[in-house]
Amino acid sequence: MEQKTLTLNMGPQHPATHGVLRVILEVDGEKIVKATPVVGYLHTGIEKTMESKLYYKAIPCTDRMDYLAPMSNNLGYCLAVEKLMDIEVPEKVKWARVCLAELSRIKSHLVWLGTHAMDLGAVSMSLYAFREREMIVDIYEACGGQRMMTTYIRIGGLAYDLPPDFEKLVRKFLKEMPARLDDYETLLTNNQIFIRRTKDVAVISAEDAINWSLSGPMLRGSGVKQDLRKDNPYSGYENFDFDIALGETGDAYDRYKLRLEEMRQSLRIIQQAIDGMPSGPYRAHVPGVVLPPKEDILHKMESLIFHFKLITDGFKSPKGAVYQGIEAPKGELGFYISSDGTNRPNRVRVRPPSFVNLACLPVLCEGSLISDAVCAIGTIDIVLGEVDR
Amino acid sequence: MKEILKALVDVIWKMPQGLLVTFKHMFKKPITLDYPKKKEPMAPRFKGLHYLERYEDGSERCVCCGLCAAACPADAVYMEPDENENGERLAKVYEINMLRCIFCGFCEEACPEEAIFLGREYEFATDSREGFIYSKDQLLVPHPRKESAFKRTIRRIRKIYGVEESR
Ligand code: SF4
Ligand code: SF4
Repeated sequence: MEQKTLTLNMGPQHPATHGVLRVILEVDGEKIVKATPVVGYLHTGIEKTMESKLYYKAIPCTDRMDYLAPMSNNLGYCLAVEKLMDIEVPEKVKWARVCLAELSRIKSHLVWLGTHAMDLGAVSMSLYAFREREMIVDIYEACGGQRMMTTYIRIGGLAYDLPPDFEKLVRKFLKEMPARLDDYETLLTNNQIFIRRTKDVAVISAEDAINWSLSGPMLRGSGVKQDLRKDNPYSGYENFDFDIALGETGDAYDRYKLRLEEMRQSLRIIQQAIDGMPSGPYRAHVPGVVLPPKEDILHKMESLIFHFKLITDGFKSPKGAVYQGIEAPKGELGFYISSDGTNRPNRVRVRPPSFVNLACLPVLCEGSLISDAVCAIGTIDIVLGEVDR
Repeated sequence: MKEILKALVDVIWKMPQGLLVTFKHMFKKPITLDYPKKKEPMAPRFKGLHYLERYEDGSERCVCCGLCAAACPADAVYMEPDENENGERLAKVYEINMLRCIFCGFCEEACPEEAIFLGREYEFATDSREGFIYSKDQLLVPHPRKESAFKRTIRRIRKIYGVEESR
């Protein structure tokens, strides 16, 4: 008898694809023979939009890529522009940025944990994860006034000074979070249902992981020690003491444990950042590039002129190209900006971690069961806003 | 065999521990709110629906300089200038399209006259597109305002931007 495979269409509207991802599955019975991810359903042309805007006006665009970790995106873009313009930011800004970026790492991992566990049947997990995420969005709201699209990190500093209750809110979070993480472990780590759904599922070897140029937890889950925070420190990460969590076998269960450990390490970094937060200005003093303080605008003519000029015309960048990569929650997030000497970037190219990581989906799920495809998509931790941009 | 034993231990000993975590939550206060009736308090910097401030005597602060429109990354602000009988510049038309607006607050940061602020309102759904284009009349705060609401706004904004109470 002739053997035939069946082509199944998973998505674009499938709850387990975390957005509008489409996966074409070729199945033989219950086994996946071939999996092809199809992206582009959420394409919004963010890179092109950024090229048509002044440098400072492109910051809100970055929020909308990985909307689960807006601060990391802001940070990556602002660091790239600061590199291009050769701006040195004050010490306090660096520490505050590290603190916020680590908060966004926890926030992103919490949403991942909630949705991933929910895909595999543990519905209460998502409620708990979102409850803790609420504390972080409250901190964001106190900082920038927005809960999701913060636009708080700006070129040359922060939008406003850290709020007066920042320390209190962060310390409250630091106090409550470790116990909550232990709760998650009690719920999932020894849960046979969860173990059976994740152990030896979606395996990728270290060699494959490198060849597919994976980054972040996907790469470290296979035991490759690579973390931009250590290898190529930016924004003062060299001052912080933390460990890189590593997996061994590179299956979904390993990556689950690794992300939990990363959250613990992030808590450590936040603790150090909040304990040692230096005082000082929240913006670099670079007239014509960084907005002058509001007080000066109200009182000083010169500042008002700079303010007008900067708002209406932006600043001119030197000719050249820069690349700045940061360790975003999902992997290496890179911004390549090439400038032709005008007040708008000539080309902005984003290296989105979820997009690159998603490419290895066929490796993860070919040969496994259909239900494991759900686990494989979940364990990559994609955000479609970033995949499609 | 060892695997099965471990699984058995997990099911008999570890799983009830997980169930205990969820069970305990039955006796905790719920963290959700009865939304339309109760509302979460907002942070002082919350960015909601815009409003245009007035001077204490009731005249408009906005001089139609166009900086907010220039700063707006979503091109949501539209204005046409005019002059009043004293020769002072003010806006004839001032519109913000709330469907385009992303509530980034760049307009508030850009304004050199402390005229536009992002307020607290966030429930302003309507059923037509036109309803989202807010005209100057809708944005301006009503003139005889309760006591020193204006001063409160300015004080809030100065706190956010770290400006001393000097002017
Ligand atoms: S609101 Fe402020 S920035 Fe906008 S036109 Fe009026 S004065 Fe200028
Ligand atoms: S809040 Fe932002 S998008 Fe909205 S009108 Fe102001 S500048 Fe434009």
